[in-house]
Amino acid sequence: MTLQGWLLIAAFVGILLALTKPMGLWLHALYEGRRTPLHAVLGPVERGFYKLSGIDPNEDQSWRRYAVHMLAFNAVLLALTYVVLRAQGLLPLNPLGYGAVSEHLAFNTAVSFTTNTNWQSYGGESTMSNLSQMLGLTIHNFLSAATGIALAFAFFRGFARRSATGLGNFWADMTRVTLYLLLPICVVYALFLIASGVPQTLAGSVDVSTLEGIKQTLALGPVASQEAIKMLGTNGGGFFNANSAHPFENPTALTNFVQMLSIFVIGFGLTWTFGKAVGNTRQGWAILAAMLTIFLVGTAVTYSQEAAGNPILHSLGAAGGNMEGKDVRFGIVGSALFSVVTTAASCGAVNAMHDSFTALGGLIPLFNIQLGEVVVGGVGAGIYGFLLFAILAVFVAGLMVGRTPEYVGKKIESREVKLAVLAIAVLPLMILGFSAIASVTEAGLAGPLNKGPHGFSEILYAFTSAVGNNGSAFAGLTANTPFYNGLLGVAMWVGRFFIIIPMLAVAGSLAAKKHTPATAGSFPTTGPLWTGLLIGIVLIVGGLTFLPGLALGPIADHVAMIRGQLF
Amino acid sequence: MARTPQKSLFTADLIVPAIGDAFRKLDPRELIRNPVMFTTAVVAVLLTVLLIVGQDGLAVGFKIQLVLWLWLTVLFGTFAEALAEGRGKAQAASLRATKADLIAKRLKGDGDRYDSVSASALRVGDVVLVETGDLIPSDGEVVAGVASVNEAAITGESAPVIREAGGDRSAVTAGTRVISDQIRVRVTVNPGQGFLDRMIALVEGAERQKTPNEIALTILLVGLTIIFLIAVGTIPGFASYAGGSIPVSMLAGLLITLIPTTIAALLSAIGIAGMDRLVRFNVLAKSGRAVEAAGDIDVLLLDKTGTITIGDRQATEFRPVGGTDVGELAEAALLASLADETPEGRSIVVLAREQFALDTTALPAGAEVIPFTAQTRISGVDTGGQNGGRVIQKGAVQAILKANPGAGATTAATELRRITDEIARAGGTPLAVAVDGRLLGAIFLKDIVKAGIRERFGELRQMGIRTVMITGDNPLTAASIAAEAGVDDFLAEATPEDKLDLIRKEQQGGRLVAMCGDGTNDAPALAQADVGVAMNTGTQAAREAGNMVDLDSDPTKLIEVVGLGKQLLMTRGALTTFSVANDVAKYFAIIPAMFVALYPGLGVLNVMGLASPESAILSAIVFNALIIPLLVPLALRGVTYRPMSAGPLLARNLAVYGLGGLVAPFVGIKLIDLAVTGLGLA
Repeated sequence: MTLQGWLLIAAFVGILLALTKPMGLWLHALYEGRRTPLHAVLGPVERGFYKLSGIDPNEDQSWRRYAVHMLAFNAVLLALTYVVLRAQGLLPLNPLGYGAVSEHLAFNTAVSFTTNTNWQSYGGESTMSNLSQMLGLTIHNFLSAATGIALAFAFFRGFARRSATGLGNFWADMTRVTLYLLLPICVVYALFLIASGVPQTLAGSVDVSTLEGIKQTLALGPVASQEAIKMLGTNGGGFFNANSAHPFENPTALTNFVQMLSIFVIGFGLTWTFGKAVGNTRQGWAILAAMLTIFLVGTAVTYSQEAAGNPILHSLGAAGGNMEGKDVRFGIVGSALFSVVTTAASCGAVNAMHDSFTALGGLIPLFNIQLGEVVVGGVGAGIYGFLLFAILAVFVAGLMVGRTPEYVGKKIESREVKLAVLAIAVLPLMILGFSAIASVTEAGLAGPLNKGPHGFSEILYAFTSAVGNNGSAFAGLTANTPFYNGLLGVAMWVGRFFIIIPMLAVAGSLAAKKHTPATAGSFPTTGPLWTGLLIGIVLIVGGLTFLPGLALGPIADHVAMIRGQLF
Repeated sequence: MARTPQKSLFTADLIVPAIGDAFRKLDPRELIRNPVMFTTAVVAVLLTVLLIVGQDGLAVGFKIQLVLWLWLTVLFGTFAEALAEGRGKAQAASLRATKADLIAKRLKGDGDRYDSVSASALRVGDVVLVETGDLIPSDGEVVAGVASVNEAAITGESAPVIREAGGDRSAVTAGTRVISDQIRVRVTVNPGQGFLDRMIALVEGAERQKTPNEIALTILLVGLTIIFLIAVGTIPGFASYAGGSIPVSMLAGLLITLIPTTIAALLSAIGIAGMDRLVRFNVLAKSGRAVEAAGDIDVLLLDKTGTITIGDRQATEFRPVGGTDVGELAEAALLASLADETPEGRSIVVLAREQFALDTTALPAGAEVIPFTAQTRISGVDTGGQNGGRVIQKGAVQAILKANPGAGATTAATELRRITDEIARAGGTPLAVAVDGRLLGAIFLKDIVKAGIRERFGELRQMGIRTVMITGDNPLTAASIAAEAGVDDFLAEATPEDKLDLIRKEQQGGRLVAMCGDGTNDAPALAQADVGVAMNTGTQAAREAGNMVDLDSDPTKLIEVVGLGKQLLMTRGALTTFSVANDVAKYFAIIPAMFVALYPGLGVLNVMGLASPESAILSAIVFNALIIPLLVPLALRGVTYRPMSAGPLLARNLAVYGLGGLVAPFVGIKLIDLAVTGLGLA
């Protein structure tokens, strides 16, 4: 560990905290459907879109209607991507002449991008045509991110509205978020990346002669545009197989830093928007404080573990931290921080191989995802996931002040508890259930490259990543098989929508309730006590469930390393 | 107030029957009501079967102990519930004794003759005669007569109360005894639905339905159970990857320690005990829901008289107007009050006698009393011919001015209005006196605020509860008393409609309102309020409308009722938090024990240094079982409740039950492990 390393982490957090309110304000304007400075230019586009599609943006949709429209939209997108990938060989913009993507891979990939997971069972540059990348995949990067934010808006409205039946309009939320938030930032962001050396071209590849005089084919493509939304929308699906470790995706230390910032910035902003929406920004800061605490502890563990390195290698004379699987452009801190950020935020972009981390250093990314992707989390998904935990926390501890539990003025009763538990139970059911299936079936056991607990970590990480809609890979797992593509596809779909539906139902139920004004006797949901309680509930309910799995995976791996055994 | 003496929690006459009931409650049909304990029982059955037929390499002695402790866990849960119910049953038994064999004198159509029938033959609408020494056979309303009634059977208060036809004291309760005179009572409930029946059912817990909060909590507990079932159910798959297998009894041990058995076992006991506390406090809640709502109350509507001020206002001064001699005013006031039996009226008489040495003790012959009516709001006397036929009126200033339009424009009227304001500002109530339409002056009636009430309101404010004083006084008087008593707001010149409107307005703002009342015209407001406490001395209509009845008819109790509601919720929350926090230690006890055979290195997770895998699992299970009876006293008594604001309260309870719940099992499991190892049990 170095002072420079800690300063980098401090600067990272400092800049994000400074951006939280401006981003939150901007999001709040979109949440309320207010005019922004960009309306002068993009307003006609928005209105034209509504006119063309016959949408009434002022129609207030009940939670059921909101959910049905959202699901239908995603189902259509899923089908579209599947068809594009299967028909890739027949479609234009295919300079390298790739053929059809296999059924199971097309299914897996379509689900993966629709659910904002961006798990990649394939190598992008060696499988996907430019059309597939742009139409099949990049479009999802925008729309799945916008879906997440729209859903968060709907959930906020559940808390903010009083005796109401509607949660807003799905199409209006989607359009506004895409048009006034994601697109403008991505245009600027992509230009920055291009200036930093990221390619943006429709050419397929270029042949160059290396210093050794060997001819090498370098894959190119519209990388910068995909890169921008990949980070901002916490998608994480890279143009290249190496993802953000590839110099064409993430060429410099500066792009690396900006990429990390862009993963978190919307998630941070949404906590502020939530506070504003419910009429007390301290509510938002309290949530952010809980997220940030878990994040910083995780960062400290991973950074210190990676910086400490592997004692076995030390005894062999290789001093220093663990640089295996890391790029010298980013170093230990740039990689450790990136890994914690990308897993905390359901992004899944990687700039180092998590598989090559020390056992405990790699445990944090795994644990981050298992908490339910609520530590900042995916855009939108993080905050609504966290609010489900908040509902549980309020319910468990809220009774202790002698009142029916309330959260931001809404009474939490049996319906909300039922639905929140249902949503939260999806995570362990899918992650542990599917990992157990993979652990006992031949097809499952064929996946991991490594033996022992490390191999188990690879399986556990894959399902954790899929259900949490993270999409990062631990690597080391051969996942492009019918077994894994199929099972992971199901895991991603369930992990996304089986949480969203109960979440929207909670929102609908909350919106219909009256608002209970806060008094001195109300359960305080701001301040350090509440933050501590939130962390406790997230760790105990969200985290402890995975202790047996973690014990048999990374923890066993770690203690074996201490005893001088590697896998 | 006579309270049922607080019984010790653990006396043999309560515990012995509870043990029997604990076994009876193992009936699966009853057990299923508590899904967590049902799960525990299913696992216990499974392990019992496996004990006989299974073979998993573990020592039989260890497995027998495991099964035994699992059954004990279930039994401790059913015992806790049985014990809570037992306390109520003892009370119900004595109530039932009162009720046995009531004989009714049912009047026949002509209204004179009756036949004696069993009380169970009475139906709504029947009229019965109750004479001196008779027990009233059914709940009902007095339709004729007046009698003093001993209600000790239900209130514990032996001083008799008056019950009379009409007015606000017409309701009578089955099982109470008429000790003088006779009354005719119209039966208002059918057999089995009376007050006493409801009370018996309530304290016995027989009719107990889960309250909304309890249902929500049960759902949470079921949810956690499902999550832990998944966590434990997938372990065999993981273990098989690691090339080993985990014995079923170990998995069962982990599951049972992780699922929230502690709170699940105590949940219904907490609810029953909460109701029981209320009953011991002589307040009868018609549903558990009402008790919970009491904890949520945001606004308390309190009647000024009797709650905030001592019931009687005292006349302290005569203030003449228009040059009237003060002695003349005192004499007129005295005459007007001689027939007025209210405390105010009597205090006027006393003041006039003391200050002006007047010795009139009776109205002159032929004088006619003008009775007080709600319409005129004036009382007084028409002295008839002898004394020149004076008509003396006494009443609210507005009422007097209205009744004597001619006097309104005089300088005396102006002076009266000024004095009225002065008195009102000083927290007093002015009563104007007029003779034959001429204004004489005003009587200063002073309200005495109860000692200590200000501090009580301060406590309530800290708890976030607003108090609103309800009074028929004019706004100035009300404001003065409100300031003196320290209430947050007041409703002056309140009519029943005003009360109802105020409640509705507060409820529309999302606040929960509690009030108490006794009269028939309180009934709509009592029904509208989230917690309506009817006074037992009140009318049948009020008692039907409220969701609680205070047997002592003490309006101040509303404050305590809120406290009891809060205590019930707090006890539930505290034990839930404790139960969930316990899981951390249990994981650290069992996970290393379970996996150390697969990866010896995982022994580092054994932070408690437990002796062996078997002793670790056994200790966790034993702790998990024993914590239930250890917490039974807390569940039955309720957590310590002090009025304070939510922040410090949460900090305190989180420290005790959250941190305590985190730390206690580490210590407990370690100690049990030492004992288990020392005794050679594992």
